[in-house]
Amino acid sequence: MGDHHHGPAKGLSRWLFTTNHKDIGTMYLWFSFSMFILGGAFAMIIRAELFQPGMQLVNPAFFNQMTTLHGLVMVFGAIMPSFVGLANWMIPMMIGAPDMALPRMNNWSFWILPPAFLILASTLFMEGGAPNFGWTFYAPLSTTYAPPSVTYFIFSIHVLGLSSIMGSINIIATVMNMRAPGMTYMKMPLFVWTWLITAFLLVAVMPVLAGAVTMMLMDIHFGTSFFSAAGGGDPVLFQHIFWFFGHPEVYIIILPAFGVVSQIIPTFARKPLFGYDSMVYATAAIAFLSFIVWAHHMYTVGMPVAGELFFMYATMLIAVPTGVKVFNWVTTMWRGAMTFETPMLFCMGFLVLFTIGGFTGLMLSIAPADFQYHDSYFVVAHFHYVMVAGAVFSMSAAVYYWLPKWCGRMYNETMGKTHFWISFVGFNITFFPQHFVGLAGMPRRIPDYALQFADFNMMSSIGAFIYGASQILFLYNVIATIVAGKPTSEAKTWEGAEGLEWTVATPAPYHTFETPPQVR
Amino acid sequence: MLLKANRLRELALGPVLMLLSLASAGAAAAGDKVNQVNMAPGATEIGQSIYDLHMLIFWICVIIGALVFGVMFYSIYYHRKSRGVTPSTFHESTKVEIAWTVVPFLILIGMAVPATSTLLDIYDFDDAEMDVLITGYQWKWKYEYLDENGENVSFFSNLRTPQGEIYNTAEKGEHYLLEVDEPLVIPVDTKVRFLVTANDVIHSWWVPELAVKKDAIPGFINETWTKASVEGIYRGQCAELCGKDHGFMPVVVNVVSKDEYAGWLETKKAEAAEIRELMAQTFTLDELMTRGKAVYERNCLACHGANGEGGVGTAIAGSAIAMGDVSGHLEIGINGVPGSAMQAFGGQINDVEMAAVITYQRNAFGNNMGDLVQPIDVYNHKKG
Amino acid sequence: MLRVSSNPVVDTVVKLASTAVIMFAFVFVVMVPLYNVLCDALGINGKTSGEAYTSVQAGVDESRTVTIQFVATNNEGMPWDFGPSVTMMKVHPGASNDTVFHARNPLPRAMVAQAIPSVSPSRAAAYFHKTECFCFNQQPLDGDSSAEMPLQFIIDRDLPSDIHTITLSYTIFDVTDMVGGSIAAR
Repeated sequence: MGDHHHGPAKGLSRWLFTTNHKDIGTMYLWFSFSMFILGGAFAMIIRAELFQPGMQLVNPAFFNQMTTLHGLVMVFGAIMPSFVGLANWMIPMMIGAPDMALPRMNNWSFWILPPAFLILASTLFMEGGAPNFGWTFYAPLSTTYAPPSVTYFIFSIHVLGLSSIMGSINIIATVMNMRAPGMTYMKMPLFVWTWLITAFLLVAVMPVLAGAVTMMLMDIHFGTSFFSAAGGGDPVLFQHIFWFFGHPEVYIIILPAFGVVSQIIPTFARKPLFGYDSMVYATAAIAFLSFIVWAHHMYTVGMPVAGELFFMYATMLIAVPTGVKVFNWVTTMWRGAMTFETPMLFCMGFLVLFTIGGFTGLMLSIAPADFQYHDSYFVVAHFHYVMVAGAVFSMSAAVYYWLPKWCGRMYNETMGKTHFWISFVGFNITFFPQHFVGLAGMPRRIPDYALQFADFNMMSSIGAFIYGASQILFLYNVIATIVAGKPTSEAKTWEGAEGLEWTVATPAPYHTFETPPQVR
Repeated sequence: MLLKANRLRELALGPVLMLLSLASAGAAAAGDKVNQVNMAPGATEIGQSIYDLHMLIFWICVIIGALVFGVMFYSIYYHRKSRGVTPSTFHESTKVEIAWTVVPFLILIGMAVPATSTLLDIYDFDDAEMDVLITGYQWKWKYEYLDENGENVSFFSNLRTPQGEIYNTAEKGEHYLLEVDEPLVIPVDTKVRFLVTANDVIHSWWVPELAVKKDAIPGFINETWTKASVEGIYRGQCAELCGKDHGFMPVVVNVVSKDEYAGWLETKKAEAAEIRELMAQTFTLDELMTRGKAVYERNCLACHGANGEGGVGTAIAGSAIAMGDVSGHLEIGINGVPGSAMQAFGGQINDVEMAAVITYQRNAFGNNMGDLVQPIDVYNHKKG
Repeated sequence: MLRVSSNPVVDTVVKLASTAVIMFAFVFVVMVPLYNVLCDALGINGKTSGEAYTSVQAGVDESRTVTIQFVATNNEGMPWDFGPSVTMMKVHPGASNDTVFHARNPLPRAMVAQAIPSVSPSRAAAYFHKTECFCFNQQPLDGDSSAEMPLQFIIDRDLPSDIHTITLSYTIFDVTDMVGGSIAAR
């Protein structure tokens, strides 16, 4: 584990061989941001093509590669690693641990990620092009009819899955074994709680994804027929396995975001989080329900009516714990003394837009209505409201919130607020009209569309460019802060902040809590 | 472009328009689909009850949203530090927690009841008056009317929009991308059962106004049904990503009166008989070229290019196949090239069309082979 | 609770890593077989049993008539002419019925086909018993030749009374390349 009393090593080897949770967290965050930019670039190509009816910039085959890579890169490259980075930075500091439980493995779980995505991105230059079957890669489009690059895609899924599993094991091991004396489970900050539950979900379902892609690999190269009717298999089986992974995956993405919001709102409301216990139970309930609702993604495959009803009822139930969370956050704000710095603004944006995404989610859970919504732009609007306004907004909030602690410099508040307002407006211009075109009958994943959808699509594209541009401002603000931000050395950056991470010096020293704090 | 000026004006009004359209969400007229912002009740009873369900849940969400956001914005305004408030410290209340667990649960039950009844209605497949087998192909639909006496009528339904409109060299028509060469024709006020399957990958047959969406899965059949109560032309699209031209395989359903339907079916059957007769005929080069050009544009152009220059497919102009011996050319046209995008067209176009398009390919694009392929040659080739 | 190591961190890691391995295996040894069992039981996708029905029905129910439709689809790249000899039959539950599908291989080379059955409505699948079916086995056919492929079936007397029409669809796949190679997964 190296000598804890040194500062960081010099040069490249600091990053290559580091076992320091803060270094690794930093690398995760930068990696995920670069993937966010890459996935965003794919999105810009998609929106540029959809700016007007007719094919202008790319051909339909390439368009499909863009939608596929956009989804894969954003889910597995941007959002998930960003929260792992945040977990690396914050969990040891929040529970009073000197580092992660398994620092060497921590290094490996990060360093296998960039090669995995390098392989995935390199498929763009391969014969037959990149994967073009959507991020949900339904068989047989992804098996019998896939481009040759599918083998590389499978390999990169295996590697990034391994990375996620190792990262999760590390987080669980850390939370279960490294808490400071007195830090009982029910005293842990909510971010730690949500991550603990998320990590369990990851350990449970990433192997399922690995199983699904392994079956694909066997079907493609070793003559099995898991997903091919010709040999006695079934393409629908793929969808069941995929969504058995896929639905918990959705909560893997959003639960840490819930954790972030539950840290930030009390700080700026200057009032403790309302209903801490119920927040923990609601998170656990959502995690449990995520395992029994997967087939609501497949209402139109022709399930027996009993199946449809079961998955409909189970899915509707998710609204209860999710509602509890939203009510708790609003009540936390109630009769507080609020200020609206950038992190708080992003949390407010999260609260409003995530709730809208939750409502459309409830609408989508209603099986008969879903026959109209399914695979339309309504779905695209729904999941961007929860993914972007949920996960990405909360991630932005987290960066602004903890950046002063990380680098000892204060970001530019005006620029931060500008970033928020531009993203908020850009986001809504992009995705709100997508509800309309979806309800009017526009299917998702199409490179060209009927004239009746033209206005809203143009609006969407303009919004997307605005939203995309606002992220450049974000990048600039973060770099400017690190390089030349106003130095701050207050341990507690925010007046209302609570938690162990605010008891250490600012900027956080390379090693913290080498002697565990006493929590009362 | 026709709509451009309008579009720009509306864009300028973007946010206002969004609010306005939200307000008018309930009142969207089915007639004018431009900038339609809500689901259409469509032309069926099921469509109407799905629409009602959709609006019910929408309004419940709006009310809950208004309450939650109302409290939130009240708090944002009145409970600000700048107003000099001191924060209170309460942080739990079991009673409140129980209330907002139980009340939403009850509301959900209120939603589940109508949802269940609509779902059960949709799942009532029985007692259909006619059956149509729908098969999804990359990238077109095939419709087959199942007939008691085995005289099934079947045809393919291809996108009719010319490549020029898609690639912006021609003005886009009113039904851009939502028009086909041959629509599905069904009678009004008749329960029509659709059996849905696919030939290659998963597709999904969707017509919003008929309230039908069902996945077409290779190897398996799914069933669904509709009963349209208003005559008209209803347009939809493939909803499941199915490869390159997923966005270019529309569904058009023409709902006509029962009489008109009966007449149409007779014509289709007569046409089938006529094709059998045509097969025995001999055509001149000109006749074959005219027919062949039409077949080419419908089936080959997307991959092989308007001038046979190739694209996804190989070039036909000057190709060794089109300029080689006839039987090799026929073999590829009929049986395709396994493992490539070149499909076996033998089962998709009839022998007259095959003869015409092979002749066309051998004589157009500067190939000028000068040889003719007659339907009987195609028939014989298939026979072996 | 079970402890696998005295070092609590190692203990946690070993348990979690085992969980991950078990979940990976779970996909293969539980989810796939379970799905097949559920498909058979619930008729998901209208799958019918892949084995000949051998029980005997209690007699013919003359009071009921069920319409059976036959539908044939060629999967992509399958050039055979394939279809039912009759497209519709009226049958009584409990009675044994015979029909044939005809197939012709127009290519000059021998091929092997596999027909995959699917029944609609899917809840009728469990009541559609095949005593003999060409779909039980792969069907080889020499080049330029035809074959009559027999199907013998019984509709169960317990077929729910609200089902009046059953559609039996066969999709025929070219499995020439799969034969002699590896055996299908299941």
